[in-house]
Amino acid sequence: MSNLDPQEKARFERLVIPHLDAAFNLARWLLRSGVDAEDAAQEAMLRAYRFFSGFHGGDARAWLLQIVRNTCYGRLDRVKNMTEFDEELHGPSSPTPEALAIAGDNRERLALALRSLPPRYREVIVLRELEGCSYKEIATITSIPIGTVMSTLSRARAQLQMSLSEKAST
Amino acid sequence: MSCNRTETLLHAYFDNELDPGGAAEFERHLEQCPECVDALDALHRLRSSIGAAQLYQKAPGSLRRKVLPARTPWRWLAAAAALLLCVYTGWQIASSHRDDQTVLAEELVDAHLRSLQPGHLTDVVSSDQHTVKPWFAGKLDFSPPVRDFAADGFPLQGGRLEVVRGRASAALVYGRRKHLVSVFIWPMAAKDTDPRSGSLQGYQWVEWRHAGMEFCTVSDASRSELETLQALLAK
Repeated sequence: MSNLDPQEKARFERLVIPHLDAAFNLARWLLRSGVDAEDAAQEAMLRAYRFFSGFHGGDARAWLLQIVRNTCYGRLDRVKNMTEFDEELHGPSSPTPEALAIAGDNRERLALALRSLPPRYREVIVLRELEGCSYKEIATITSIPIGTVMSTLSRARAQLQMSLSEKAST
Repeated sequence: MSCNRTETLLHAYFDNELDPGGAAEFERHLEQCPECVDALDALHRLRSSIGAAQLYQKAPGSLRRKVLPARTPWRWLAAAAALLLCVYTGWQIASSHRDDQTVLAEELVDAHLRSLQPGHLTDVVSSDQHTVKPWFAGKLDFSPPVRDFAADGFPLQGGRLEVVRGRASAALVYGRRKHLVSVFIWPMAAKDTDPRSGSLQGYQWVEWRHAGMEFCTVSDASRSELETLQALLAK
């Protein structure tokens, strides 16, 4: 394990640790489990600490969230391989009207609709709407071109609007 | 009637991602495209309901405590002491047949691993023994020997408080090339012993008693390097 000198350690605490909430929030929505998200966020923080000497300034939040995202996708892939079950293929692409009707209030409805989006859609919504990231930051975090960020976001929003209006029409 | 701008420019405009010229042009378009006006309204409604739903999930306290540096060492120490006491009691009950030395080594390897978590390595960061030693005074009821061995290839990095077997102990941190070595020290009313060593989960440990104290070093450095440090500490 790399050994940061005290000055670097203080820099890590100043630049990276303040984004712990952002790290947890992204992990929480990507993995959809509080326990897994806590594990993943901790693992990502540890990785960030190890690789901190490779961070040469710039946007520390985007840098950390990139690590969080990779950690989460690693876990999702592992789970997928273990169960050989791809939720994106087999699961419901949008919440059932019954589930939405039960969900009731605005918060529950939105949380359910967001959870039901495929991860690639879910992450852009989380990064844009909850984390307030710019397209450029989202492009850095997800390693996709800005043009693709824009089109993914528009499709993700359309799908979210559709799941929510299904509720309204039932 | 479909507007081919809806998919792309609308979102960029909504997210303030267009430059001023592009935004002005899109606003001129909006004046004559009710479809885009509706779509923009829908995006605003979506955003405000996402905002109202308060979906942001803040890091729970348990994660915060694992990741954040111990700003209040005494509170942390009390919690760690309580936890270790529970764990240790559990161990005693569950594994009374196990070798005492192994149990201790496990405890110290765990403490060493915990210390590698961000922010947990040192409570007092200094390579100066005259800074580290007084820092322990008043926090411990014994006086651990604190010396820098930089000239011998083991620079002192700092110190922290640890709980070993339910009592406050000193942990010194030394560097060894790319490795870190934790040296745990606690009082022990027993006669001096020769060093004993072992390995656990890929970590080496060397333990001995000297001058009314028990010492245990833990590291992923090699056994011979720990023995070199042992010789320096026992001098």
